[in-house]
Amino acid sequence: MKDKSQLLNFTIPQLLRWRVKETGAKVALREKDFGYWNNYTWNDFYDYVRKIALGLEKVGVKKGDKLALIGDNIPEMLFMAIGAQSIGAVSAGIYQTTLPDEIADLITYMDVTAVFCNDQEQVDKLVEIRDRIPQVRKVIYEDPRGMRDYRADDWYLFIEDLYEIGAVVHDEHPEKYEAMIEEGNPDDVCHFCLTSGTTGLPKASMMTHKNYINMGIQITKVDKLKNTDEYLSFLPFAWIGEQMNSFGVAMATGITINFPESVETSMEDLKEIGPHFMFGAPRIYETIRSQIWLKIDESYWLNRLLYNKFIKVGEKAARYRMSGEHMPASLRFTSWLGKVLVLDPLINQIGLRRLRRAYTGGAALGPELFTFYQAIGVNLKQIYGQTEIVGIAYMHRDGDVRSDTVGKPLPETECKISEQGEILSRSPSVCVGYYKLDEQTEELLEGGWLHSGDAGYIDEDGHLVVIDRLADVMHNSKGEMFSPMFLENKLKFSPYIKEAIIFGDKRDSVSCLINIDPIVVGKWAEDQGISFTTYMDLSGKSEVAELIKEAVIDINARAEKDYFKIKRFAILYKLLDMDDGELTKTGKLRRKFVMEKYKDLYDALYDESVRKKKVEAFFQYQDGQTTTVEAEMSFYTMEGVA
Amino acid sequence: MPTLKIDDITLTFGGLAALSEVSMDIEQGLITSIIGPNGAGKTSLLNCISGFYHPTSGEIHYKDNRLSKASPHQVSSLGIARAFQNLELFSGMTVLDNLMLARHQKLRYNILQAAFFSGKASREESKNRRYVEEIIDFMELEPYRKHTVGNLSYGIQKRVEVARALTLEPSLLLLDEPMAGMNIEEKEDMVRFIFDIQQEREATVVLVEHDLGVVMDISDHIYVLDFGELIGSGTPEEIVKIPKVIEAYIGED
Repeated sequence: MKDKSQLLNFTIPQLLRWRVKETGAKVALREKDFGYWNNYTWNDFYDYVRKIALGLEKVGVKKGDKLALIGDNIPEMLFMAIGAQSIGAVSAGIYQTTLPDEIADLITYMDVTAVFCNDQEQVDKLVEIRDRIPQVRKVIYEDPRGMRDYRADDWYLFIEDLYEIGAVVHDEHPEKYEAMIEEGNPDDVCHFCLTSGTTGLPKASMMTHKNYINMGIQITKVDKLKNTDEYLSFLPFAWIGEQMNSFGVAMATGITINFPESVETSMEDLKEIGPHFMFGAPRIYETIRSQIWLKIDESYWLNRLLYNKFIKVGEKAARYRMSGEHMPASLRFTSWLGKVLVLDPLINQIGLRRLRRAYTGGAALGPELFTFYQAIGVNLKQIYGQTEIVGIAYMHRDGDVRSDTVGKPLPETECKISEQGEILSRSPSVCVGYYKLDEQTEELLEGGWLHSGDAGYIDEDGHLVVIDRLADVMHNSKGEMFSPMFLENKLKFSPYIKEAIIFGDKRDSVSCLINIDPIVVGKWAEDQGISFTTYMDLSGKSEVAELIKEAVIDINARAEKDYFKIKRFAILYKLLDMDDGELTKTGKLRRKFVMEKYKDLYDALYDESVRKKKVEAFFQYQDGQTTTVEAEMSFYTMEGVA
Repeated sequence: MPTLKIDDITLTFGGLAALSEVSMDIEQGLITSIIGPNGAGKTSLLNCISGFYHPTSGEIHYKDNRLSKASPHQVSSLGIARAFQNLELFSGMTVLDNLMLARHQKLRYNILQAAFFSGKASREESKNRRYVEEIIDFMELEPYRKHTVGNLSYGIQKRVEVARALTLEPSLLLLDEPMAGMNIEEKEDMVRFIFDIQQEREATVVLVEHDLGVVMDISDHIYVLDFGELIGSGTPEEIVKIPKVIEAYIGED
């Protein structure tokens, strides 16, 4: 294996050129379109990027300009990003679920002058805010569907036309592109990555070429990848985890990136591709587990019997594997048997069979979920890091996986804990700062260390343990500290609970609002012969409340500290949703917002005389229409909790 | 010049007149809606156009072809396709198979070629598959491609029904209550599809629909039927001012 550190002297476009020389004819990207997987080799990839770069320059994009990317993951997204970077412009990812208003704010904040959208849905958002973004000169789109009426206006540009412009420039000046990318410097800012913004408008973190490439090299030092490995690109491109792979890992190792047909089909496509490694937020792993449970539940008795038997064996074996200890021969045999008979075919059904490693990051994952995945034979590991350090600072090593920690630092990464208990890190992947926010940048990089804002400690084995956001840790009225997220994750381990919001700051006891999982509880209700119509109806059923109550009793019984026990709970009539601003784009809870929005429910949770309460639910449809529905919510007090 | 000309047609069942002396001009490339209360004769009219019924008197012409005596398969080979109100799909087959089957009319190979799946048969099939995939993409049915139709939600089944009609590459598409039984979001999606069918696929659309809000929003021209008689026609703005229409829909005050 060659030393890869020479790659650090490259910019991303230069790295692409190097990759073409190494494995030009190999498949770099694959996209499912019209039911068929279409291949792009590294040569094709390079050709498209060159056309885009030359085309963009011709239509007036200059060094230092900002190009925003909004849309689902498609190869063209990468062509645009790296094309812009070739000129020395900066690409910036915006989540495809962002509402027009917020897009206008982001475009203004980031001084974006050109936007790439994948389809009419995204373009229409820009049409709506066109008056507010006069600095945007071009809107480039990929899917011509529904865009017929837009063609007369030269504000819009079809990507095929851009390719043509670029091809013409290349024919006239064949040397131009190479000369252009030669001017790039690895320490130039190449991409703006939005921080998830649990508080207010997202901040654009300025990433350099070296940030990404370094990450690609360091991860593969820990976990080797072959250039025949497959990766499925189903995370939003605006998220650091996806860029880390497409800009860093893929080009440093030569793996193939696969693009699903559409967001809705990504789970099907996962099955067809069978990737060798994957990244995801805990939510994805929770969803997949629910699917597995549902499948088993619907299966016939023999399957169920074998599954229930061998999952226990798998769990036992997983404990040995995670700690790297030697397994007794009898266990090794039975776990092998379970793998062959039940678990391998099972994970093959979901497309996880070839997976060598799965990583989870972004938020904490319940310990039970770890054991579950390790038991079915998926090597799930925790990573920890921030956008500002290209996603990863800490990572579990194979044979040293512990569900209560996030592992050890990556090579070339230094870490320490500040006096206040904050986690600090330093590496070549740390960003330059936030765009136009000097004050916040100074706070972030104070003393040359990246300040994470998370509370944590390093244990005797050198593993990092993350407690919670420094700002999120709560204290009860006696001043005892607890982490709401930690308790929420325990609740969420119940298959029936999708989301939970823990309260109790400066209060005598802990209470919570619960979101039931519509699929699992819906199936359960069906089996019990309980009829229901909507989510709201289902969550109001007293039988469902009993079911949740049992789950809460179970969790209270296993609480580490007495003051962790949940005193009162209520089932919320609606699912928390990104569109209502209750979750961030990456699916994290916006605690403060939720607390204010449901203030009356919060008050009722701490008023033990309230057993039932009328609530008015307010719904907004995608097109802006609204309706109000009345419902009754019940509040439950747990016995024996002080 | 209208693309579909309905000239003074009457349809009687025994002594009952389902349609009496109805005339309509359906213009090329527009969305024309036919509305009316239950039993007004809307579906009977579509049945006359698509050849299920033959009018007792009167003529129907599509471009230069006479439809009044044509059989359904002749009508469909002229490029007229229909999506039914009560879904006409094979519920035990997948979405993909339903759509492939719907294109059998376009297949050009003989039984021997089919039996050995040789040269022409396999070429034709892959060409058809490509076309069907374009329709799947157009109607955004990718997640359901391999799902059995019977297991899909009603809203999606309706979409499959429209997709099935589209696989015939129609120049005139008859939609019989495509939005019945749908929720608001599904309706909005369907409206977008109808617009795209008109604009991207350059089809003339005839829409029979109960949801007046939708009809008023998307139609270029509206015809109103009541008890088999045409009681009004015009643009949406004109329609709402016709007293007879108001009476038929809202009742006298």
